[in-house]
Amino acid sequence: MASIWQYANPKKFIETSDKVLPALAVASGVTLVVGLVWGFFFTPEDYRQGSTVKIIYLHVPAALLAINAWLMMLVASLIWLVRRHHVSALAARAAAPVGATMTLIALATGAIWGQPMWGTWWVWDPRLTSFLILFLFYLGYIALWSAVEDDDTAADLTAILCMVGSVFAVLSRYAVLFWNQGLHQGASLSMDAEENVADVFYWPLLVSIGGFVLLFLALVLLRTQTEIRARRMRALTTRERMQ
Amino acid sequence: MRALLLRDLRLALRAGGGFGLGLAFYLVLVALVAFGIGPQNTLLARVAPGILWVGALLACLLSLDRILALDYEDGSLDLLATAPVPLEAIVTLKALAHWITTGLPLVLAAPLLGVLMALPGPGYPWLALSLLIGTPALSTIGTFGAALTVGLKRGGLLLSLLVLPLYVPTLIFGAEAARRGAEGLSTATPLLLLGGITCGTIALLPFASAAVLRVNLR
Repeated sequence: MASIWQYANPKKFIETSDKVLPALAVASGVTLVVGLVWGFFFTPEDYRQGSTVKIIYLHVPAALLAINAWLMMLVASLIWLVRRHHVSALAARAAAPVGATMTLIALATGAIWGQPMWGTWWVWDPRLTSFLILFLFYLGYIALWSAVEDDDTAADLTAILCMVGSVFAVLSRYAVLFWNQGLHQGASLSMDAEENVADVFYWPLLVSIGGFVLLFLALVLLRTQTEIRARRMRALTTRERMQ
Repeated sequence: MRALLLRDLRLALRAGGGFGLGLAFYLVLVALVAFGIGPQNTLLARVAPGILWVGALLACLLSLDRILALDYEDGSLDLLATAPVPLEAIVTLKALAHWITTGLPLVLAAPLLGVLMALPGPGYPWLALSLLIGTPALSTIGTFGAALTVGLKRGGLLLSLLVLPLYVPTLIFGAEAARRGAEGLSTATPLLLLGGITCGTIALLPFASAAVLRVNLR
C-alpha cells in the first residue's frame, strides 16, 4: 500500500524529487517571468501611487512565503518529533534560509516602497515590526542548527525552538498591534472581494505568487537533497576514517 | 527541592557576582543612556520607562548562561536529571532561583534608578509593579534559552540571539504599563496582559525547557 511516509526514505525521496525537480524549476521560472513581466510592463499605473505600486509583485508573494515557510518548518518539525523521519527535519533545516531570504526581500521591498509612499524607509508599524521579529527568529533558528554538532540533537533542539518560537511569534504579533497602530494597509488579498486590489493588478499578482510558491518548493527540494547528500558524505568519510 | 533552591541561592551569593553583577550592569546601563541622550530632564523622563525596562531585560540576559552552564560543567546537572524529582520541577526551581537572585533585586533597584532617569512621580509604583509581574517571565524564558544552549562551547552570544525575540512581548507590555503609569493613565490592560504572559510561560515553558534539557543530556 502506497503511503506518503514512504517518501520519508531518503533514497526514495531523492529519486522522486530528482524526477520532479527539473519540471518544477522550469515551471517556477516560466511562471515568475510571466507574472513579473505582466505585472511590471503590462499593467496600468495606479492613479494614486504611480509606478511604485508595481513592487507589489515582489513584496506580497515574498511576505506571504516568509510566513508560510515558517509554518512549513513548524509542520516538518512536528513530524520529526512525532515520527522521527530524518527527511522531515532536513526539510525544515533547508527551508529556514529560504524563509529568511523571503523575509528580507519583503522587508527590503517594503522599505523601497515605503520611502515614496509614506516618506520614510522604516516605521515602527505592527506589520513591519513583526516581520523584523520573524527575521530574528529565522536567524536564531539557523544559528542553532549550525551551532550544534550532533545532527539528531540539533534536529530535536531546533524543532522545539520552532514550536516555542511559533507561539511567541503569534504573541509578538498581537503585542505589537497593541503597542502601535500603524501605517500599513490592510490585506491585499483575501476571500472578501471588497478588500482585494483592483482586477488589473489581481491576476498578475496571483501568477507571481504562484511563481514564488513554485520557486520555494523547488529550492526546498533542492536544498533538502543537498542536506541528505552532505549527510551521506559525512557518514562515508567517517566510516573511511574508522577503517 | 527546597534544598536545591537554597543551594542555588547560596552558590549565587558566594560565587560572587550573582546578586551584584546584574545590579551593577543595570546601573551602568542607565548611566550610559543618560550620557548618550544628554541631561535634559524632560527628554529623560519621557524615555525613562522604556529604558528602565530594557535595562532590566539586558541585565537579566547577562546572567542567563549562569543558570545551567556551571551545573552542566561539573556534572551535577546529570545527577539532578536522574534524581527522583521531575526535570520540569528542577527547571522551574532554577528559574525561580534566577529570579530571586536577578529579577527581584532589579525590581527593588528600578525605582532608585528611576530617580536618575527623572521618572515622573506617579510612575514609580507602576514601574516596580510591572517589573514584579514581568521579570518571572524573563527568568522562565531565559531558562529555556539556557537549556537550549547548555551543551555548546560558546553559547552566550547564541543564547541572546535566541532569547531576545522571545522577550519582545514581555518587554512591550511591561514598558507600556510603566509608561502609562508614568503618564497617569490606566494601566489595567497592559498589566493584565503581562500577567497573562507570565502565567502562560510559567505554566508551559518548563515542559519545553525540560524536553530540551533531556535532549542535551542524552
